[in-house]
Amino acid sequence: MGYPHKSHPKETPILSKYFGEPQARTLDGWKERGGYRALQQALGMTPADIVNVVKESGLRGRGGAGFPTGMKWSFMKPGDGKAHYLCVNADESEPGTFKDREIMRWTPHALIEGTAIGAYAIGAEVAYIYIRGEFTEPLAVMENAVKEAYSAGLLGANAMGSGKRIDIHVHRGAGAYICGEETALMNSLEGRRGNPRIKPPFPAVAGLFGLPTTINNVETLAAVPHILINGAAWYKAMSLSSPKSTGTKLFSVCGNVTRPGNYEVTMGYPFKDFLYDMCGGPLPGRKFKAVIPGGSSVPIQSMEEAESTLMDYEGFVAKGSMLGSGGVIVFDDSQCMVRHIARLARFYAHESCAQCTQCREGTAWTTKIMERIEAGNGTMQDFDTLLEIGDNMTGKTICVLSDSCAVPVVSGLEKFRHEFEAHITGKRCPFRAAAAA
Amino acid sequence: MSAQREGATQADALSHASRDNVGEIPYEPVFVGAVREELDALLGRYPNKMAALLPTLWMVQRERGWVSEEAMVEVAALLELTPAYVKGVVTFYTMYHQHPVGRYFIQVCTTSPCLACGADKVVESLLGQTGCGDLGATSPDGRFTVIEVECLGACGFATPIMVNDEVIESVTPEKVSQILTRFK
Repeated sequence: MGYPHKSHPKETPILSKYFGEPQARTLDGWKERGGYRALQQALGMTPADIVNVVKESGLRGRGGAGFPTGMKWSFMKPGDGKAHYLCVNADESEPGTFKDREIMRWTPHALIEGTAIGAYAIGAEVAYIYIRGEFTEPLAVMENAVKEAYSAGLLGANAMGSGKRIDIHVHRGAGAYICGEETALMNSLEGRRGNPRIKPPFPAVAGLFGLPTTINNVETLAAVPHILINGAAWYKAMSLSSPKSTGTKLFSVCGNVTRPGNYEVTMGYPFKDFLYDMCGGPLPGRKFKAVIPGGSSVPIQSMEEAESTLMDYEGFVAKGSMLGSGGVIVFDDSQCMVRHIARLARFYAHESCAQCTQCREGTAWTTKIMERIEAGNGTMQDFDTLLEIGDNMTGKTICVLSDSCAVPVVSGLEKFRHEFEAHITGKRCPFRAAAAA
Repeated sequence: MSAQREGATQADALSHASRDNVGEIPYEPVFVGAVREELDALLGRYPNKMAALLPTLWMVQRERGWVSEEAMVEVAALLELTPAYVKGVVTFYTMYHQHPVGRYFIQVCTTSPCLACGADKVVESLLGQTGCGDLGATSPDGRFTVIEVECLGACGFATPIMVNDEVIESVTPEKVSQILTRFK
């Protein structure tokens, strides 16, 4: 459903069906809604069978990269004599994204169930749910739900009477965007500064505490119980365009739009209908100008691109962007793109862990130049400088935070160059000038 | 680093910390009684003590309102780390306060999606009505500190603010005075 709004008839509410229903938060309420049947079923299957079902379903990671979940799980080799770990990435920090927040706030047991199934499937006895520090309410809800699950014997040394140990611990972050990067998340969990690690070794070889580890996003794991109960074919059939994108996806919508909120649609849904019908279109008297469709790290789309996009992994790439985390940021014609790109650059400069030179320096220089242009003090040469810095920030660092800072700048310069130029020729921000007039 | 050397470093740091506080109230350890028991239970969740560092620092902040150098020394000793290491971690994360803040610590999201919805006006209103004047400054009555925060992850509810541990959604400049009356 489009919490905080009523569900739209064209939504496919599977993960979001119970958003807004306080009873669904409790263990009893969750069981009444069919909860923990999937875990019971999973514990009667072999881990390899579970991995195969998830592989067949076509489920891909919902955190941003879209890596096939079943394949990721299959990297965890059974019988290697080592402890395995599952980390749940609940560090949702990508500007524009607030779907995991609602999954945890409203359906905490969905995440616990998916996590327990995932842990069993990869041979892990312990799973950590790493929640960003600012998510105080989701944290309290999750902690309470984990307690309930332990009291009912669903977790612990003999999970659901299966003889298997499944422990789930909730771990609170402390304010660092970079900890959503999987290797930084593991460092943070180990009690270190959240600096990303060089890969390889990949987490499945040497992850948390140096042991084989899988990191999955909240939304990915919350989908797993539904796949086990309804079957891989059912999930795979939910696809409106590319067969490589299956199931439903929660999109968070924010910015200058009539009904911001979370909406769950089948992969491949037309973005135009989504923006103008489901989300209510622009505010009265306004027109949409640009969209960042997958969280702030993906390229900005012009409306021409956005309106011809089908909402799945391949569809967004075909129209100049990426699905990313599904955080849709909408800007209308009252907004200055230069100002927003400068603000996003400042975000990345603030959040850079600073271990790579290209990122530490590049994010800071980009911010300085963008803010200079926004203030009306830029020159036309600044464009080349920005692109050169952007080039030096892309593909050259330990993680992709650096690339993510370059993305809005490069795509913004390409698609909204006239706004940049207007700041330089007019020696002031045309939007501020219009507002002051 | 050997255990002996680590111990010596902690003792040095402890005496250094106490030298800085000549004439001040002596440091009262955080981890005694029930809080110590809570920490001991927490340690059972992890294969080593270091992994409990972030939650341990959260406990310090809950008990004291901020994380002082003395508290870092105490935490380091408990988790068998060096005070310098603990400080390195504390300073990496934005949510640990390294100095006392107002009774109500207000974080306003001003990242792009909220900025598009007028977050800058919410900041202005908060700075004016709390008496803080500047970002990061505490109001003269000690009640409020206001800072900008990078994305609170509630972009659809612009502008979200966080007052201590409570998130308040959809704040507008007009709602600020009413909201502040709740925080005495």
